[in-house]
Amino acid sequence: MARIVMDDLHKVYPGGVKAVTGISLDIADGEMIVLVGPSGCGKSTLLRMVAGLETITGGTLTIGERVVNQLEPADRDIAMVFQNYALYPHMTVYNNLAYGLRNKGVPKPEIDRRVQEAAGMLQIADYLDRKPRALSGGQRQRVAMGRALVREPAAFLFDEPLSNLDAKLRVQMRVEIRQLQKRLGTTSLYVTHDQLEALTLADRLVVLNGGQIEQVGTPMELYRRPGTVFVAGFIGSPAMNMIDMAYLRDRGAAPPALPAGTDLVGVRPDDLSLTPGESPAMALRGTVALLEPAGAESHIYVTLDGNAQPITVRVPGLPEVAEGAAVVLHAPLEALHPFNSASGKRTG
Amino acid sequence: MVENDRFGSLLAHLILILGVAAVVFPVYVAVIASTHAPGTFLQGVMPLLPGSHAIENYRTVIFEGRAQAGAPPIGLMLWNSFVMAMMIAVGKIAISLLSAFAIVYFRFRFRIFFFWVIFLTLMLPVEVRIVPTYAVVANLGLLNSYAGLSIPLIASATATFLFRQFFMTVPEEMLEAARVDGAGPMKFFKDILLPLSITNIAAMFVIMFIYGWNQYLWPLLVTNDERYYTVVMGIQRMVTGGDSEPLWHLVMATVVMAALPPILVILFMQRLFVKGLVETEK
Repeated sequence: MARIVMDDLHKVYPGGVKAVTGISLDIADGEMIVLVGPSGCGKSTLLRMVAGLETITGGTLTIGERVVNQLEPADRDIAMVFQNYALYPHMTVYNNLAYGLRNKGVPKPEIDRRVQEAAGMLQIADYLDRKPRALSGGQRQRVAMGRALVREPAAFLFDEPLSNLDAKLRVQMRVEIRQLQKRLGTTSLYVTHDQLEALTLADRLVVLNGGQIEQVGTPMELYRRPGTVFVAGFIGSPAMNMIDMAYLRDRGAAPPALPAGTDLVGVRPDDLSLTPGESPAMALRGTVALLEPAGAESHIYVTLDGNAQPITVRVPGLPEVAEGAAVVLHAPLEALHPFNSASGKRTG
Repeated sequence: MVENDRFGSLLAHLILILGVAAVVFPVYVAVIASTHAPGTFLQGVMPLLPGSHAIENYRTVIFEGRAQAGAPPIGLMLWNSFVMAMMIAVGKIAISLLSAFAIVYFRFRFRIFFFWVIFLTLMLPVEVRIVPTYAVVANLGLLNSYAGLSIPLIASATATFLFRQFFMTVPEEMLEAARVDGAGPMKFFKDILLPLSITNIAAMFVIMFIYGWNQYLWPLLVTNDERYYTVVMGIQRMVTGGDSEPLWHLVMATVVMAALPPILVILFMQRLFVKGLVETEK
């Protein structure tokens, strides 16, 4: 159990590449923080800096009450779950779990107790005598989790732990990780590029871009009120539609009363509808380019008149519109996200 | 892949059988020759069927030796060869593992330089550096000793490279997981890397054992005391030494005896050996 404080962390690689530039974050005890961002945004580097696998070239990192900048990974009281699990192939599951504890000099009965407990929790007790290669992907993932669990660390670090699993198993493990983390109340740092994973797991979500924090907040805060164009485009699927104010003014469709400086309007695919609601602030004409049924919902790709950029609309069920049909898209005022394209920031 | 092509299949088999025959025939002749009476060879006609003196010839070679022909009893020579081959194989593997470990996992000054130095030794086998190496061994007083027989042959670029290649295929995360688990470099080497390398080590052992066993020129040079003769050079001495005609039947019996230990090593380690050369699974 520990609080993790990052104070102005920097990482510059010997070649001069700056992977992390000035990240400050205060993670409360027991909190589940998800770091999310596109490839190369520095999220894995940041996690590995916390783990001690990358040196910290600037700033201070505190885990618990200790500054751990100079400590070896094993001395930081953390446990890490790797993307490809990194199980020791020549050791049985039991020994995989016990290896770290043996190195720490934990007495044998205590090792046994912890391994059995973790194995029970993760339902791998039947496989303790097997080698990793005799396990399925999901079981390996559990062993990797178990290896972190037995250490009873101050913090868990997850480096895209579910990305090698198939979709079904991923959802299942995601739920289990969250339940486990809540039950144990261990501070956790979780890296992923999957925004659905990020939204569902996080107490607080940290969106990284170019080695810096774009926005920090609860998943719903970020979803409802993205602070930057980047976050708006990254969180939510299908991605938020971005429409130029200039285009709207040309078409006479500019919504009234947007904050000054707004030249880009974002609207989520869910918030657009084919029928005018109570108080539509914006009406856009276009033609249906493609209808994509996706089970409980459908995605309609609409090409706006005089604008090449397609707009995505998400509607429940299967709407009765034909491809090539002319439609009018409506959105209420409160669903519009005003941005300034130069600064990339939200204007109000 | 050609299927149901009788002619192609026949031709392929013919070539293979010819190839096998070319390799096997001399061995066969050696075995046959070791079963004939002393004079048979000197008649100029090679018999192709086994003779009746097998037991007698092998008894002579194993228990009596032929002192007048320059050969000590074969038991001692086999033992010397065995000790030398073992020292070379084990020494090479130990040193190669450690140097490959250093090159792959540590960032030290002149790492690349040392890498190339090791690489250079590939181009300098014993035969090339034999005079300076002899001088060094002689000055160290290692002539007529097991150390002198094996140490100059121990450094091995080949094995270092094999292990380096293997280590580079071990995922980086394995090292990181071990670091998080509190394993220092040597602990990682001992607990993770060594067990993973076991099939490679077995393959290397077989190759290096035979390499050591078959050493000829070097033992010939650094030993002149019968107590340190190896079996391969013993054969040579049996052919050229002594005043009489070479005792071919005994030479051939010795040859057969000398070929046995490497064959045994291969037989016993075959499974691991093949696995080590072909297996890529981690």
